Amino acid sequence: MFVRQIDTMKAILIFIAGLMLASLLKGQVLVKGTVKDQKGRILAGANIIIKDSYDGTLSDSTGAFSFKTTEKGKVILVVSNIGYKTLEQGLDLGIDTLAIALYLKEEINELKAVIITAGSYEASDKKKGTVLKALDIATTAGANADISATIQTLPGAQKVGEQEGLFIRGGSAEEAKIIIDGTVVNNFFYSSVPGIAQRGRFSPFLFNGTVFSSGGYSALYGQALSSVLNLESLDIPEKSELQLGLSPLFASLGLQQVAANKKSSYGFSYNWTNLTVYQKLVPQAPDFFKVPDFHTADANYRFKTKKNGVFKIYAYYNSGSLGVRNPSLDSLGLWNAFQLNNQNLFTNLSFRQFLGNGWKLNLAGSISYNRDQIVSQVQNQQYQSVPKTQIPVIDQASFTNYATQWMFQLRAVAEKRFGSINTLRFGAELWNNQDSARFQSVLGLYPSLVKDRYTAGFAEADLYITNELAFRPGLRIEHSSLLNKVNIAPRAALSYKLSKNSQLSADYGIFYQTPERRYLINQSAVDFLRADHYILTYQHISSSYTFRAQAFYKDYVSLLKTSSGFPVVVNNNGYGYAKGIELFWRDRKTFKNFDYWISYSYLDTKRDYNNYPAFVQPGFAATHSGSVVLKKFWVKNMFGVNWSYNWSTGRPYYNPNRSAKEFLSDKTIAYSTNNFSLNWLPKIGKANAVVVLGINNVFNERQIFGYNYSSRVRDADGLLIRSEINPPASRSFFLGVFLSWGVDRTQQNINSNL
Amino acid sequence: MKKLLSLIALFSVLALNAQTKYESAMQNGFAKLKESKGADDLQALGAYYERIAEAEKTQWLPYYYAARHYTIAAFMNPAADKDKVASKVSELINKAETIEPANAEIYCLKQQVAVMQLLVDPMSRWQTFGAQASEAIAKAKEIDPSNPRPYLLEGQYLMNVPEAFGGGKAVAKKLFERSLELFSGFKPLSALHPNWGKEQAEQLLAACQ
Repeated sequence: MFVRQIDTMKAILIFIAGLMLASLLKGQVLVKGTVKDQKGRILAGANIIIKDSYDGTLSDSTGAFSFKTTEKGKVILVVSNIGYKTLEQGLDLGIDTLAIALYLKEEINELKAVIITAGSYEASDKKKGTVLKALDIATTAGANADISATIQTLPGAQKVGEQEGLFIRGGSAEEAKIIIDGTVVNNFFYSSVPGIAQRGRFSPFLFNGTVFSSGGYSALYGQALSSVLNLESLDIPEKSELQLGLSPLFASLGLQQVAANKKSSYGFSYNWTNLTVYQKLVPQAPDFFKVPDFHTADANYRFKTKKNGVFKIYAYYNSGSLGVRNPSLDSLGLWNAFQLNNQNLFTNLSFRQFLGNGWKLNLAGSISYNRDQIVSQVQNQQYQSVPKTQIPVIDQASFTNYATQWMFQLRAVAEKRFGSINTLRFGAELWNNQDSARFQSVLGLYPSLVKDRYTAGFAEADLYITNELAFRPGLRIEHSSLLNKVNIAPRAALSYKLSKNSQLSADYGIFYQTPERRYLINQSAVDFLRADHYILTYQHISSSYTFRAQAFYKDYVSLLKTSSGFPVVVNNNGYGYAKGIELFWRDRKTFKNFDYWISYSYLDTKRDYNNYPAFVQPGFAATHSGSVVLKKFWVKNMFGVNWSYNWSTGRPYYNPNRSAKEFLSDKTIAYSTNNFSLNWLPKIGKANAVVVLGINNVFNERQIFGYNYSSRVRDADGLLIRSEINPPASRSFFLGVFLSWGVDRTQQNINSNL
Repeated sequence: MKKLLSLIALFSVLALNAQTKYESAMQNGFAKLKESKGADDLQALGAYYERIAEAEKTQWLPYYYAARHYTIAAFMNPAADKDKVASKVSELINKAETIEPANAEIYCLKQQVAVMQLLVDPMSRWQTFGAQASEAIAKAKEIDPSNPRPYLLEGQYLMNVPEAFGGGKAVAKKLFERSLELFSGFKPLSALHPNWGKEQAEQLLAACQ
């Protein structure tokens, strides 16, 4: 009994001891210290945790932390902070307060690292620090939602009023290439009409990424002495949509259908542009005897594969015609009539797939076709073709040219990520070009056929040495079957981050381009054209402000030179240079809902190429040019007003009254234009509407892009007479209403649930 | 008897600790929420729940509260890098979702993260994140039609959307009313499950009048 009592006592004692032990276990130890990075800078908000326990804390604004823990013995302390490598450190918890100093290593990551492609202008909604957003293209006054016209408000891109194309840093339009999803678009613009700049064919809303590089672009691309404009099409859209566009200029209808699981989508659209109504409202200077009339149809199909791959097919077809008549300068009373029929097909197929283990594959293919049928005729007062006059310059102005281009492209790029964000890219591409033409004039019939198979291999690496310093070496090897030549083009970019938002970059590269094939018919021993770029960039980018200053030197080592006689012989003896300074400032923050940018370019360039008799500033280059773009949006009324001002000093023009020594020594008057546009986004019935009104050259400023000279008619002073090259109308207008009926799930849900 | 008693003693100590440690830590967090004053406190509370979540690994609720408090802290702090917070919070949401798939409360979180990203640049992000937000709400309603919070969040979002885009006070008002109706019959699954929003709905409804 007694023994039993003792046993019970023992048990009670053990019970109490157990309870005491439990509370002893709860005895707390204070852990305190500081968190800093390797450079000794304070890290606030770092997360400090004892692994597999509830205990821990965040570091405060001085980097200090302290917390109590009930854990005992050997534990692991985990310290993490966004942008730093997570630290795991063993800790022996006794009874005493522990004071520890923790140091985190910076992790090289995209959010913090220096940007390698600092020289380029990017329009995208994906990244934070982009210079332009996709929407900006649609709301730039004067651009009329044309991608290339918006790019002309950026430094380095020259506005040339009488000709379409991208004229970059003293380069001609042929020296820039435009790329959609990896494949080159040969006929990005509508076919040329003498004296009238044409629009780009593609709507900015097809693309979610636009990267415009004004020089020193990546080794992944080639065949452009000046620059590359890289357009990336949308993946699967967010929602199904029916779109209708109406304007005095055009009517369009489009449907985009997204599968319920959002894994695939298809769409098509049709657009009919006819300027009959517009030209009645806004008189045009030239006589459009055949009003511009274009039919465009496009279709797309996209689907997502497993592992986030995307497969896309896009097909575009356009058929158009126009005829324009101007008085002949060679014989008063006669007319020069120009008529164009064009058919254009562009198809692109692309496939992007993550292969795991940091590998990514991009495949692309494209077939494109373009046919221009040009009839140029000398006509009498009754607009009838005149018979042979025996005056060569007049007779030779009558000709027909039927030109057909086929292009077939294949491209594969593999990408491997290693380390944290280092990337290696390599791949190859193949272009098959075939151009045929039949040119007929009084001189006879000249059929021609020229084929070129272009192959290229390329590799480049993004190497982040630290978050502050990155290096991108690249190499491209190209071969052209037409030239039967090989070139090796090295590229390099070095970027150094000065502070959180600012950085310095230096770019270097050799760029080759096959001369235009129309010069290469029956020619031998011609080599690639070559330009070397040296670019220095300083930029400061935050989400509200962008400032960029660039200085560049471009050495045209080899340009095409054509002989003056007939038949024409070409060689590589052309040369030239371009150098300049460019400034860009954009501010989205200072004034609420008001956004503006200012750009300025200084360009000093000279060249001796084609049939130039001297080493001079080319006709497409202006020394000073600038733009101011303003945008104000009232969110409450969904109403925006945009203004733009573009200005450039006069460009040289050819005056045959001068001697060869004075070639291109005359300059036009300075170019200046103010443009206005407003956009209003009301809800009309169930449709989301966008109403756009634009007026270009609001103040009716006089614009002279150059002069056409007669070859034989002289004035009283014995000088060859001339006419100005002006825009077809001094002021131009745009009015459009775009309606879209989306499957508005918000609305659906409100209706079905209430 | 001795052995039995000591066993009982030992088990009761261990069991008491094991049963209540998680629950009391969660409850402790609710108490801290009441005392919290600003973005910093909520950030710390987010970190607190994240610690519980990472220690437990099998409970979705601590992930839920960690994500929720980090999100609200970011909304309250104008200097916060919303995109960074969104990627952090999305990670937590993913972890919660692998433990507890198809939960309306988690879809509510997804809507809040989408709205947070939308607000960084509404003009150009509207199409992407606006759609994500409405989709998350639609999904939440589909999973649990009796949950009042999807209606509250949808109303809160649409209140700030221009009328031309299907928003406005009139639309939001109906949603708050619906939400309050559901709140009157709403019972959380446990004391630890989400049970917030009624007062907020009342306040917002008043703001719509």
